Amino acid sequence: MISPRYHREIPQRYRLEAGKCKQCGNISFPPRLVCPKCKSKSFETVQLGREGKILTFTIIRVGPDKFSKETPYVVAIIELNDGVRLTAQVSDCDVDKVAIGDKVKLVFRKIQDEGKSGLHCYGYKAVLT
Amino acid sequence: MLNEMKSRFAGKDVAVIGVGMTKFGELWKKSLRDIFVEASLKAIENSGVDHIDSMYVGTMSGGLFVGQEHIGAVMADYLGVAPIPATRVESACASGGAAFRQAYFEVASGHSEIVLAGGVEKMTDGADVTEALAAAADQEYEVYNGITFPGLYAMIARAHMHQYKTTREQLAHVAVKNHKNGSMNPNAQFRSPVTLEQVMKATMVADPLRLLDCSPVSDGGAAVIVCSVDYAKKLKKPYVKVVASAQASDTIALHSRESLTALKCVSVAADKAYKQAGLKPSDINFAEVHDCFTIAEIVVTEDLGFFEKGLGGAAAENGSTAIGGKIPINTSGGLKSKGHPVGATGVAQIIELYEQLTGNSGERQVKNAKYGLAQNMGGSGASCIIHILEAV
Ligand SMILES: [Zn+2]
Repeated sequence: MISPRYHREIPQRYRLEAGKCKQCGNISFPPRLVCPKCKSKSFETVQLGREGKILTFTIIRVGPDKFSKETPYVVAIIELNDGVRLTAQVSDCDVDKVAIGDKVKLVFRKIQDEGKSGLHCYGYKAVLT
Repeated sequence: MLNEMKSRFAGKDVAVIGVGMTKFGELWKKSLRDIFVEASLKAIENSGVDHIDSMYVGTMSGGLFVGQEHIGAVMADYLGVAPIPATRVESACASGGAAFRQAYFEVASGHSEIVLAGGVEKMTDGADVTEALAAAADQEYEVYNGITFPGLYAMIARAHMHQYKTTREQLAHVAVKNHKNGSMNPNAQFRSPVTLEQVMKATMVADPLRLLDCSPVSDGGAAVIVCSVDYAKKLKKPYVKVVASAQASDTIALHSRESLTALKCVSVAADKAYKQAGLKPSDINFAEVHDCFTIAEIVVTEDLGFFEKGLGGAAAENGSTAIGGKIPINTSGGLKSKGHPVGATGVAQIIELYEQLTGNSGERQVKNAKYGLAQNMGGSGASCIIHILEAV
């Protein structure tokens, strides 16, 4: 069983589907109903590329209860090659070796367990390339 | 510009005539409603009014912290002022500033004569505080991926250090100064000074931010009484005048911002506030700013126009922001040392302005202060509320 809330976000979390404005070309991730740049309401669905670089990051040493068993872990703001920015964990790395400007690739990973039933929830994490 | 604004804003001149707050800290014996009522009774008594016409209550998350919503009604009931209108106002950590702004509008519009603006939060009753606070960020695209509030500000800090060569020591200087100020504030949660070394060696929370870079988890309440300047004159009590009230918003997710080292909601709201008051940043004598984390004070003092972009860290280090410096920042101790019961914070900032501008700040008094500015911020900078108060 998948919760409706989780199910709605699957196109973004699994496939990186974004909304490209038909008027100005700005890409919104996640998709929006109104383009923040030109206010157009007309979009086409595009799939983001998975490669990008780290703009800034932190190492979470004290996490919320849900992630407390995973500390320390790196969370970064990543700019993908098509200009879209997002927040993701940087996985499979020595947390003390990550740096601004590092090249990364988004991969499919389990992110967390939802609610009391503990549903596995998936999405994207970054790995250094 | 002043005349242009005045002609567009035809409301009444607004005053603050009384203030009251609880001590901030871990108030084990007091409930959410007890805390609010205590602060409100003090404000009402301090102002000398015999009634209030309506009230606003700033609270970030009664629901997540103690399971209580419908806060306006709860507080009017327990303050014993029902059936007056009572509304809860929420803008995350800027809820208190937003409540004060609603009271300002209600008085300026002439709709009510006397309005109470309060704020309250009860954070130590056992909720997962990290998770509750994270509700002010983008749940689906930031929090889902494991970010925390210290983590968001840590990412701002790292970007600022990278771009402007802000140092780890400069961040620590903010904490040292604010703890020193808080040590002189009887209502502060932490009344003990800290050393640079203590801050630099504190437990790491989210690199590069350590425990002493973070505002604490607090319970507390604050309330002020707002009325027209005309009414305040009749009461023959000390009052201060509200000369600007401004607000701005930005993207909910930090990653969507144009800049990771500037807070646009702050600069936009500040521009509006300075225009409304007919003032420049250099006219402001002191300010209470939203130092939820040390880096926030550095970025905010730049974006308010007090320091050139990139020099906020140096300003903290060279004493420009200390009492007696070029522009004292967070004379109350700020969120860092006074405490940060989220919804109460914006109102407590107004209280510090009132006390400074009426000459009641004791050891931490700023000499000859005419204009004080309060900057209250929601989330990682998705909302900002600024007020400027003038001594009369
Ligand atoms: Zn567009």
